[in-house]
Order: sequence, then structure tokens, then C-alpha cells
Amino acid sequence: MTQLPPPAPKKLGLVIDLDTCVGCHACAVSCKEWNAGGIAGPLTDEQPYGTDPSGVWFNRVHSYEIAATADQAASTLHFPRSCLHCETPACVTVCPTGASYKRAEDGIVLVDEDKCIGCKLCSWACPYGAREYSAVEGVMKKCTLCVDRIYNETIPEESRQPACVQACPTKARHFGDLGDPDSKVSQLVAERGGVALMPELGYAPVNRYLPMRPRRGGEQAAAPAAPVEKLDAAALNPLLRWLDRTLSR
Amino acid sequence: MHPAFSVIFFTTASGLGYGLWFWLSLSFLFSPGGHGSFAVHWIGLALGFVLVSLGLLSSTLHLGKPLRAWRAFSQWRTSWLSREGVLAIATYVPLLALVALWLSGSGWFKPLAPALLVLLAGLSLATVACTAMIYASLKPIPAWSHVLVVPAYLGFALQTGGLGALALLASDEAPHAAAVLALLMLAVAMAVLKRRYWRGIDRGVMPATRASALGLPADRVATVFERPHTEANYLTREMGYVLARKHSLKLRRLALLMFGAVPAAACALTLLHPGFALPALALGAGSALLGAMVERWLFFAEAKHAVMLYY
Repeated sequence: MTQLPPPAPKKLGLVIDLDTCVGCHACAVSCKEWNAGGIAGPLTDEQPYGTDPSGVWFNRVHSYEIAATADQAASTLHFPRSCLHCETPACVTVCPTGASYKRAEDGIVLVDEDKCIGCKLCSWACPYGAREYSAVEGVMKKCTLCVDRIYNETIPEESRQPACVQACPTKARHFGDLGDPDSKVSQLVAERGGVALMPELGYAPVNRYLPMRPRRGGEQAAAPAAPVEKLDAAALNPLLRWLDRTLSR
Repeated sequence: MHPAFSVIFFTTASGLGYGLWFWLSLSFLFSPGGHGSFAVHWIGLALGFVLVSLGLLSSTLHLGKPLRAWRAFSQWRTSWLSREGVLAIATYVPLLALVALWLSGSGWFKPLAPALLVLLAGLSLATVACTAMIYASLKPIPAWSHVLVVPAYLGFALQTGGLGALALLASDEAPHAAAVLALLMLAVAMAVLKRRYWRGIDRGVMPATRASALGLPADRVATVFERPHTEANYLTREMGYVLARKHSLKLRRLALLMFGAVPAAACALTLLHPGFALPALALGAGSALLGAMVERWLFFAEAKHAVMLYY
């Protein structure tokens, strides 16, 4: 059903720390590895070893140069982009077949690939580029928030989180219930001033991005001038005093 | 946005077909006594049937899984694409009922026929409106969510269908001056409407900024340092289509000429010299259809998607 379920208390999602992300693409690769064999698989690559390789990825890591402002130095921003599991996702309501749906119990947005006709309308409706069409399978693909992992009782409990979160070497990715104000992720968002992307479009994303911490400005960042050292020539022995006098000429 | 030929053909051909159904239904309704024109009306309705059906079949060509297309009838509560599918099928019902009435020889003036004709005309326009709403409801593409998109889709269906219907009817009898005048004014109105639309989209106001797309404060300027992928992907191919924009000015003029100036001149010629009605209106109809196709191609190719803020 493409009618959205009534708002549920549980909103599973990701919190991504743009301050600590180093742009290593480990999340993207790990996601690809897990999901190629998970419920959303296969994630077919076309011409993987050819001159024009192309394929479906659920995570894309962009890197930007951020220009300096009056009080902030220029910096690099690494920006992992994936599905935000919006509270009012247009990709779901535009779907003509009911293949796209938002889970009532935890808010995860999924595609039932057995119902998808591959009309691509959902990808047009998403401003975040979260959906990628697989020409080989003829259906739309998207992030599942590793739904086949987070509830998977056959794997160790500490592994029951999205592959991208587990793979991140700088712990820039956090997974949890953003509907619960007391959850770790909600507290992190509150503490760091986490933001939603393109809120003006009104899709109410669940995922939050933690902004870069303020950097020290250009002038302040320069090393402080070394303190002026004073040499008390009178306290030196005659040889050193002579050396000091000679070298000071 | 990538202009898929199947969708351009579908929207223009079915627009013409639904336009034919609309005008010929009304013509049937208000001049039911025709003798030679009776056959011409049926030829027009049959032509509409072919165009609409070919268009609908063509629209399934761009699907990844065409055999599952029947599933698209299920989500009419939320999806304009689904509503379009449902109405497209529903529009066949009054047409087929009319055919059945006609074949059964039960006569035209039975009370059922006018109701069926009104239904056919109304559902035809409603289907075109649903097609337009598929695009008009997409907020990430400002050129599609523009307020003039629905009027333009309806206008082109009415214009191409109206010229086609008039050209068909002109083969039998001199066309109604009022109808010709109406289509002359419609050609001018469409030219004005599309110029306003193009001026509107040229202002290029995106619904969001790169800063808000990245969650940055509004005063931070971000430039691409490194793309996530070295080659094109689905997003850049589908949403990042740029080939057309450098030719857009010429193509806009060409489209204006073909759906505006030529049909207007053809209608004026018909009014002044009714003897030229058939060739003039046939030329006007053909030109308007080609103009509508160029316009539809531009409608896709010129549209920019918000996701390109990331690239």
C-alpha cells in the first residue's frame, strides 16, 4: 500500500557525523557487499571491468570544498548520501503499484521488488537521489536500513546494525530510534544540533546529519610568536661570554 | 531529465487521441443528425482509439517489467500514475458501449447515447489531466511542478485533437466558423502560455540550495571536490540530462512556429477561404502535433532535478 501508515512512535534511522567522516567510502563498499546478497540483492554492476562501469549503490560519498567565511577557515566536507527514510516520503505515495511502502512498525521505507514495474517515478520524486534503478533487474533499488540485519537473530547481537554503521572506521555513523527522545542517537542529535536535509521540501527526513564543529579561524590558527628570550651574559663563563659577544656582532 | 522517446510519444499521441474523443463526442452530441458526417465521426473516434491505445502500449515500453503493468491500477488513492491508468481504461468503457449501441442498431437517440458521449468527453480530459499531474506533483523538479504544466497538457490535447477533428469533419462539410475561430484563439493562447512557462522556468529557482542539501548553514559555499563515482550512474544519466539546453532557444522557436503560428494561420485561412479548409486544417493539425512533440521533448530535456545539487 502506498498510503502512508499513521505516524508511529518508532523511527529507525541513521545519524551521520560530518565532523568525523573522513570520506573513506567504507560505508558504501560495506553496504554494497552486504546488500548484494541480502533481500535487496543482487546489486548488479554493468561492465564492472569495462571502460564505463556502472552499478547500483545505496551509499554515495561526495566530497566538497567549503569556502572560508569571516570566522571559519576553508575546509573539506565528506558527505555520505543515502536514503533518509522520510516520515512523508513522496517516493512511496507516487508508486502506482504498491511496491514502495513505509513500514508502520519502524518507518523503514522499502521496495517490494516482486511488485515493482520499473516505472522510475519514485526516483523522480526523491530529491535526495536515494533510489537507483537497476536496468538489469528492471526494478528500483534502495537502502533497506539493513532490515535483514538489524532484526536478524542468527547473527551476534552486536552485529545487528546496518552494515554501513559497522564498517565506519571513525564511528561517524550511528543507528537508532530517532522517535525516542531518550535514545542515544536522539541525544546525540540534540547535543550536536543535528540537521535534516532539504527540510523546505517537506518530506520530513528521519536521518540527521551532525554539522562540522566550528574550526579555529585562520589568524588564530597560526602558531603564537615565540616569547622573547633573554640571555644574562653576566652569568656565563668567560669563554661563552666571549662567544656571545663575538656572535652578537 | 532524460527524455524517453516512449513517454514523449505516449503523451503526445494519447493527448491527440483523447482530444479527438473529446471534440468528436461534443460534436456528436450537438449535431446528431449528420449523415455523411456520421461515418466521419466514427472514423475520428476509431483514429482516437488507435492513437490512445498505441500511446498506452508505448508507455509500457519504458517500464522495466511491462508484464506487471496491471499492478499500476491498484494505488489510485495516492498515485497520479495509477489514477491515469485507471481513467485510461475507464475511458474505453463509454466508447465501447457506444460501439455496442451502434452495432445493435438500437438507434442514436436513445437516452443512453448522450450520457455516454458526455462521459467519454469528460473521462478523456480527466485522463490527460492525470498524466499532467504525474509531473506537476513532483516537487524536486520545479519545471514540472510549475502551475502552467496542467493547463499546457490539457491545451495541447484540446488543440491537436481539435485541429484533427476539424480536418476530418472538413472532408465532409464546411467546418463551423465558431469552431475554427476557437482553435485560432487556442493556438494563440498556447503560444502565450508556453512563453510564460518558459520565462518562468528560466528564472531557474530550485526548491532547495546546495547548502540545505548538505545540511550546511546558508552562508557556506560548497563546490564539488570529488564525485562519489568516476563514471555516470543512474542518477546522472536520468536526472542530469544536459544535452538539450544549449539548443533550447532554437527548439522553443521551432515549437512556437509549429504549434502556434502555423495552426493559427491555417485557421485564419480556413475562415477567409473555406474552400481551402481541408488542406489548411490538415496541415495545421500535423504541424501542431509535431510542435507538441518538440515542446514535450523540451519539457523533459530542460527540466532540472534537485538531486543534481549534489553533483
